[in-house]
Amino acid sequence: MPAPDPCAFTRRRFISNGLTLASAAIAAPAFLQRTALALPGLRPDLSSLPGVPQDKILVVVQLSGGNDGLNTVVPFGDPAYYRARPQIGIAQRDALVLSQEQGIGLHPAMTGVKGLYDDGLCCVVQGVGYPNPNRSHFTSMDIWHTADTSATGDGWLGRYFDSECCGHGKGESGSEEPQGQPGIAIGRTAPLAMQGRAIKPIAFESPALFRWTGQDVHESLHEPYDALVSAGVSDSVDPGSNAAFLMRTALDAQISSDLIRRAVDRGASRSYPGTPLGQQLAMVAAMINAGLNTRVYYVSHGGFDTHAGQGGPQGQHANLLRTLGDAMKAFYDDLKRQENAERVLSMSFSEFGRRVGQNNSGGTDHGTAAPMFMFGPMVRSGILGNHPSLKDLDDGDLKFHIDFRTVYAAVLKDWMGAEPKDILDQPWRPAPIIRTQG
Amino acid sequence: MATVRSLSRELTPLPASRFGYAEARHLLWRAGFGGTPEQIQTLAGWGLDRSVDYLIEVEKVTTEPVREDEFQSDIIRPATEEERMAYRRARASQDENVLARLRAEQQRRERMDRQQIAEMQRWWLRRMIETPKPLEEKMTLFWHGHFATSFRKIEDSWMMFRQNQLFRTHALGNVGDLLFQIIRDPAMIKYLDNDRSNAEHPNENLARELMELFSLGEGNYSEQDIKEGARALTGYTFEDDEFRFVDRNHDKGSKRILGASGRLDGDDFVRAILAQRNCAQFICRKLYRYFVADVPLVEDASQPDANAFIRELASLMLRARYDLRPVIRAMFRSEHFYGATVRNQQIKSPAQLMVGAVRSLLTPTRDLAVLNDALDLMGQDLFFPPSVKGWDGGRSWINTSTLFVRQNIMSYLLTGRMPQGYDPSAREVRYDGEPLLASLISADPDARTNHDRIVEFLLRFTIGHAPSHAKAELDAFVAGHGERVSGDVLTALVLLITAMPEYQLT
Repeated sequence: MPAPDPCAFTRRRFISNGLTLASAAIAAPAFLQRTALALPGLRPDLSSLPGVPQDKILVVVQLSGGNDGLNTVVPFGDPAYYRARPQIGIAQRDALVLSQEQGIGLHPAMTGVKGLYDDGLCCVVQGVGYPNPNRSHFTSMDIWHTADTSATGDGWLGRYFDSECCGHGKGESGSEEPQGQPGIAIGRTAPLAMQGRAIKPIAFESPALFRWTGQDVHESLHEPYDALVSAGVSDSVDPGSNAAFLMRTALDAQISSDLIRRAVDRGASRSYPGTPLGQQLAMVAAMINAGLNTRVYYVSHGGFDTHAGQGGPQGQHANLLRTLGDAMKAFYDDLKRQENAERVLSMSFSEFGRRVGQNNSGGTDHGTAAPMFMFGPMVRSGILGNHPSLKDLDDGDLKFHIDFRTVYAAVLKDWMGAEPKDILDQPWRPAPIIRTQG
Repeated sequence: MATVRSLSRELTPLPASRFGYAEARHLLWRAGFGGTPEQIQTLAGWGLDRSVDYLIEVEKVTTEPVREDEFQSDIIRPATEEERMAYRRARASQDENVLARLRAEQQRRERMDRQQIAEMQRWWLRRMIETPKPLEEKMTLFWHGHFATSFRKIEDSWMMFRQNQLFRTHALGNVGDLLFQIIRDPAMIKYLDNDRSNAEHPNENLARELMELFSLGEGNYSEQDIKEGARALTGYTFEDDEFRFVDRNHDKGSKRILGASGRLDGDDFVRAILAQRNCAQFICRKLYRYFVADVPLVEDASQPDANAFIRELASLMLRARYDLRPVIRAMFRSEHFYGATVRNQQIKSPAQLMVGAVRSLLTPTRDLAVLNDALDLMGQDLFFPPSVKGWDGGRSWINTSTLFVRQNIMSYLLTGRMPQGYDPSAREVRYDGEPLLASLISADPDARTNHDRIVEFLLRFTIGHAPSHAKAELDAFVAGHGERVSGDVLTALVLLITAMPEYQLT
């Protein structure tokens, strides 16, 4: 078995000939082999074969600022709702009815979500929260991210990554262990939820930023950059040293960057709304379509801190919800065209809901329990749990009756196939969100 | 200097004759944020002892002291009696208008305070870039990571500023003094909930972290020590921005902590800690990780040389009664510190990378807000450490995203290039790398026309050595641009070098 010269495999050859790479890797030295396995690889052969079990994907949609749950899933059957919200309440005739007998419906701007619901692709999880709710944006967000009411520790998805990749130190960027980019966040920085001990997610606002900008300064810099930065580990370097670690990471970065940018460039679909959330989900869909082996994508949609002038059927909050619904609808339409919809579960959450009564500024202040939305062909479509009571309140706030960690447990166990009790500290019973197969 | 005379074998100083350019360069990077070729030459000329003393004896370098009125102290303040009355009245009468106004005022103050913490981040960054006393700022950053406290929970920038000043004042002082001060520091008290602790319900957070993270390390105390330590710390709280000892909340009963007993208070608790050899051992291990090499926080068998070195440092620290200077001096003078397994092996922290680039390559600073943003993207948001454990450092700084940010902030400094388009500064402020070559050209005028010598010099200056493949690539690059290292070619050379994986090391 002849061992090829490691330096002979330049990045360009990797990219131009991805499939040859996979077989060449058998004879290649360790770093090439690792990288070949580790690539968030293009796998057109695996992306949509019917009947072949495929890796499942989670897309987390964070609604930042505290989404007003009561005007999202509207209890139009309850007079107490209209008493508490004389100006901003959504009239029954405007609501998109989910259940006439329960007297609940969606905000009229959420036609996209209603469409998914009608197609059996949406589960509304009612009254989600946790004990002793915290009303600070930071702290409550950290609680959701760590799945821990003390708001400390690693992120819940980070712990999942760690548990999947066999422990501390292994699988870290640039290590010898096979890995891909298990988590990709679209945004400036990766969220706490995805920060593990060993695995750190990657984050970029757009793939165009996930690259060396020095190459824009002059085109003659490309060649020497490839040779100096993306050549992998040179022979003279101890493979266990920090220098070798950095060289491996630099090669990983270059390969991931090329693949991700090519995936998005090639696959950019025009069928998405031009909103930031729509564009984020378009990128995610393109990466899924390209067959990256990323398991978790994270997108966010901000502006939900509606203390003043949040509006009713129209206005600030309506626009936020329309953006959410339209983007999710476009996303699943696209995934269906790709024949990837069955692989993708999406979950929206916010750090808290808002108070039952409107305030004097035509808005709502920080509150507690709120609905979550789960999307995808594999969810148990419908409404899970009762709408929180508007009479049995806790100092003007809704009482939760589904702990968010039971939702996480469902995602981990019933979707990702992981053991929730290793990840969530307590053995939370998965909420019945995912359809049981067969 | 009794302590120096009794140095053990592990702390043997580097022979004076072996302190040259490479060693001076190493010292400048580790004890500070790197230096220019001229600064390296100066230190090499001074020799080991004078160089180390110069870096450590910061009081001999006169600078303007930090002004206490640098920032506003009362953006966040307790409500006045009048405000409290107004609030109570509004609540009682359910006067939504007044309540809304009070809420809006509170939110306005919080917004102002978030602006002030951002100013503070830029202020500290500028200080690191401009200080003539780099070791002082480097130690301030060390203590910030050691006694990690985040604005995220404190939400009072003035408290963060006061704490930062505490670290600066004691940067090269005495570990004991710092521990006595830290249990009185309002930011720390708030961060670890000691303001919610009283004799009836002692909160254990501060007592636990004081031993686990700040002084002894895990496993060197018992759960009983934590319980009793928490009692000793009851009543240590703050009012507005000042420390207060509230006698009625303090548990005056007798306690037993780490072998000491009696009616112990917080100071007695700290004294009991300082009496433990493990305290010196733990602090020295943290110092070693910061300045020398990334060893595990808990000693294991993997690095016997480092372990022996740390043990001797700890003995020295105990003999010096926790004064830092003899310890740091011995560390920077030691042969071990200049060894081949130490030099060019440490992954630069984001601050070290960026501040070091400006200081050593003489790049423009451009926009401090952009630099500060990059620190956050690289994982070292000043005043916002990720947890009470501080930053893990070492390899945890590096992943595929942060590596691109590290490369890209260098292109920003050198050319003004942003991810999309150029910074407004790019047109007026152009990088001039020529001063870097001054010492080379004056010693070797022929180098001007021999680009291979310039490349070799630049590599040794920036990454500490000149790997042959890198030399060959860069030579070929210059050859492709007409053999002459003009201003733009020089900038391009530096740009390429700073993108190399090796540039992340020091």
